[in-house]
Amino acid sequence: MDFVVAQFLTGLASASSLFLVASGLSIIFGVSRIVNFAHGSFYMLGAYLGWTFVTNLPYGHLGFWGGVLAATVAVGLIGVAIEIVLLRRIYAAPELFQLLATFGVVLVVQDLTLAIWGPQDLLGPRAPGLRGAVEILGQRFPRYELLLIVVGPVVLGLLWLLFHRTRWGTLVRAATQDREMVGALGVDQKLLFTSVFFLGACLAGLGGALQLPREPVTLAMDLSIIADAFVVVVVGGMGSIAGAYLAALLIAELQAFMLVAPPFTVLGIEIVLSKMTLIPSFIVMAVVLIVRPYGLLGRPMAHARAVTGMIEPVVRPAPRELKLVGLATLAVLLLAPLAAGDYGLIVLTEIVIFVLFAASLHFIMGPGGMVSFGHAAYFGLGAYGAALAVKHFAAPMSVALILAPLAAGLGGVLFGWFVVRLSGVYLAMLTLAFAQIVWSIAFQWVEVTGGDNGILGVWPAEWASNAYAFYYLALVLCVAGALLLRRIIYAPLGYALRAGRDSPLRAEAIGIPVARIQWAAFTCAALFAGLAGGLFAFSKGSVFPTYVSIPRSVDALMMVLLGGVQTISGPIVGAIVYAGLHEQLSRLTDYWRLILGLAIIVLVLAFPQGIAGAAQRWWYRGKGEVA
Amino acid sequence: MSSADLLAVEGIHTYYGRAHILADITLHVRRGEVVVLLGRNGAGKSTTMKTIMGLLRPAAGRIVFGGQDITGWAPYAIARAGLGYVPEDRRVFTDLTVMENLEVGRQPPRADAPQWTPERLFKIFPNLGEMRNRPGGRMSGGEQQMLTIARTLMGNPRAILLDEPSEGLAPVIVDQMADTILALKREGLTVILSEQNLHFATRVSDRAYIIEKGRIRYYGTMAELAANEAVRAQYLSV
Ligand SMILES: Nc1ncnc2c1ncn2[C@@H]1O[C@H](COP(=O)(O)OP(=O)(O)OP(=O)(O)O)[C@@H](O)[C@H]1O
Ligand SMILES: [Mg+2]
Repeated sequence: MDFVVAQFLTGLASASSLFLVASGLSIIFGVSRIVNFAHGSFYMLGAYLGWTFVTNLPYGHLGFWGGVLAATVAVGLIGVAIEIVLLRRIYAAPELFQLLATFGVVLVVQDLTLAIWGPQDLLGPRAPGLRGAVEILGQRFPRYELLLIVVGPVVLGLLWLLFHRTRWGTLVRAATQDREMVGALGVDQKLLFTSVFFLGACLAGLGGALQLPREPVTLAMDLSIIADAFVVVVVGGMGSIAGAYLAALLIAELQAFMLVAPPFTVLGIEIVLSKMTLIPSFIVMAVVLIVRPYGLLGRPMAHARAVTGMIEPVVRPAPRELKLVGLATLAVLLLAPLAAGDYGLIVLTEIVIFVLFAASLHFIMGPGGMVSFGHAAYFGLGAYGAALAVKHFAAPMSVALILAPLAAGLGGVLFGWFVVRLSGVYLAMLTLAFAQIVWSIAFQWVEVTGGDNGILGVWPAEWASNAYAFYYLALVLCVAGALLLRRIIYAPLGYALRAGRDSPLRAEAIGIPVARIQWAAFTCAALFAGLAGGLFAFSKGSVFPTYVSIPRSVDALMMVLLGGVQTISGPIVGAIVYAGLHEQLSRLTDYWRLILGLAIIVLVLAFPQGIAGAAQRWWYRGKGEVA
Repeated sequence: MSSADLLAVEGIHTYYGRAHILADITLHVRRGEVVVLLGRNGAGKSTTMKTIMGLLRPAAGRIVFGGQDITGWAPYAIARAGLGYVPEDRRVFTDLTVMENLEVGRQPPRADAPQWTPERLFKIFPNLGEMRNRPGGRMSGGEQQMLTIARTLMGNPRAILLDEPSEGLAPVIVDQMADTILALKREGLTVILSEQNLHFATRVSDRAYIIEKGRIRYYGTMAELAANEAVRAQYLSV
């Protein structure tokens, strides 16, 4: 019993930090409608800056609390700078591009942090006066945790007062509902947005700085907290601060109790719950989304616009010229190995695999209108499916390559069931959360997946072990997969999918079961992503959790967006350009994230329709048609 | 433009994407006047108002308010210059109470315009005074319409754009609305309203512009319009 109380208190303490980050995310989203991927970076910067300030200020109370305060304000100002320089220019851009731009910020911040503070984890200073522990019901409980427990509700209360008792708060709540009207009533929206961003960033910074005495400061803090924060916001209800607290509490409590749950065995596999802390988030999310699709305290958002924000053009059969270009590309790919060296062959293999990966994402994004921010989940499930089959059951490559898409497809069936219940940014956040769950299993279930060390020795069968043979195998499978996906777009499933995307209500009215069609499409995309993942595992001879990581999901998004969402040839162009670029960058410089992040930001600002999209418009304009 | 004009719209053209919606719209409104923009569904009344308010940017033409060229200004700057806007679809903040809705509209007072406080507004809109803490979402259509007007008045404007204030209201409420507009005129407020309801417009307005397919087809005093059977038949009968 006493032990339960102590664990409950630990949960309360963790809930506070989670709440600080999630509430900031939620407030920023409410007003600007931007899902700020960089929010985790603000949290991380809060911790790093806090570390620097605290260790450089004179010791004592002032040193610690002064440092925390300074870090909070500094992160707020960084948020303001990002809002003014970047986000202000893209408030009118499609949501997806906004998400990508903020992801560009994540990459830039990662490399800058690495450059400034170095790769080692930093040990946080203790809070003066709050060292040591107190006895609660015979259990020793850290004093600092008690303070954190108070912080959550206090901030919640302060935010409530701010939003309900001040003019600024009233304006923010009004703008959350109808920002244009607030502007027409004489309120300078720019100032309002910037101040909201300041508050949101401060909250994240404070959350990060307050973690200092609890855990080491690391470069992985940003992405790990953002996935949790997304889950909290989805569970709590977008834009609801009280909902965010409730959800943070629920998830943090579950995680606290799972940390101490004893291992048990199912079907001869030992399950160590204490190592799978993301699973409870998943369960909570699943239950909440079934019962209340818009979160505990959320409401359906005004269905403003499609995520891509444009009127989707009719997908037309490729003009003959484009088919010729396609054939020419294929011919190049067929002949390329003759000219490419060993290294070139490796890059080429990777590119054809990415073409299939990108095509599978394009399938649900373009015709399906579902933006997945976690497509790497299925790529990773395929890769791990193949690797585990080889490793644990000594399966031959042919069997493993059949198991790979099946494993991913199964994941697609399971996750897709939830995903198709939502739309827009909710959907995007949910897909990301699912991908993080797969990632955490790959990362944390060391006995089976090898954890960070991955699984090695996943080599192709004898006949395909030669680099040329494997390249042609990958080429055949990937081109066949991409063509099959293309075929489906023009088949009844594809038409029903697009009908559901353009007008769910009308599609339902003429008897199209929209959700079921989307579910099928999602599963289908997962299957092909899984095949790509399986091939990738064999091409590298190993699998690692990075295959499922957020950056890998963003890779896929970048390829599709570079190519243009509404052009079928887009993912192919995008994959070739992006994979090539990525490869070159990471060879040329250690700071490839910085360059890639800046490139993403510049691309979003310059080409909101992707390269192939821009080319398509140019092409049809040249022909005097309205594209 | 004569110096007595508070608002002058000169030859504006507005597009939605490639659709040419407004063509060469010119309007002149003098201080203290009530001027109505009459036209059928889809004639371009709301588009005209949104363009004046800066919510849409005209491709050509000029808008002058109080002697300042406000073409291309942000809506908030136009509102602060003293031009209020009451949209056709009401757009009350449904989560906010009546008092909070008014607070959003509040701006500093202006020497050359009537000055409003919630208490003064509740004299003109007694219903609102009785539901100060009710959320906007739990009010009737008529009450919401009154609230949007009161909210805009909280900015102490010199002139207001009123987009179809009688639309969708019960006849009794439409009568109240006409009384309200006349009361505002007595306060010295300049009103530009859009209407399809000729009877209502005749009761409150001094002059009319008739718009059809994005062009001004006729303008004159209400008396002239009343005498011109042909114009009414051509542009206003349904
Ligand atoms: N967002 C939009 N995109 C494209 N066209 C639009 C848009 N809004 C209005 N239109 C078109 O512009 C024209 C003028 O519309 P507007 O709303 O100004 O008319 P209105 O006179 O206010 O009509 P109503 O009496 O129905 O309010 C109409 O033909 C309408 O279809
Ligand atoms: Mg209208």
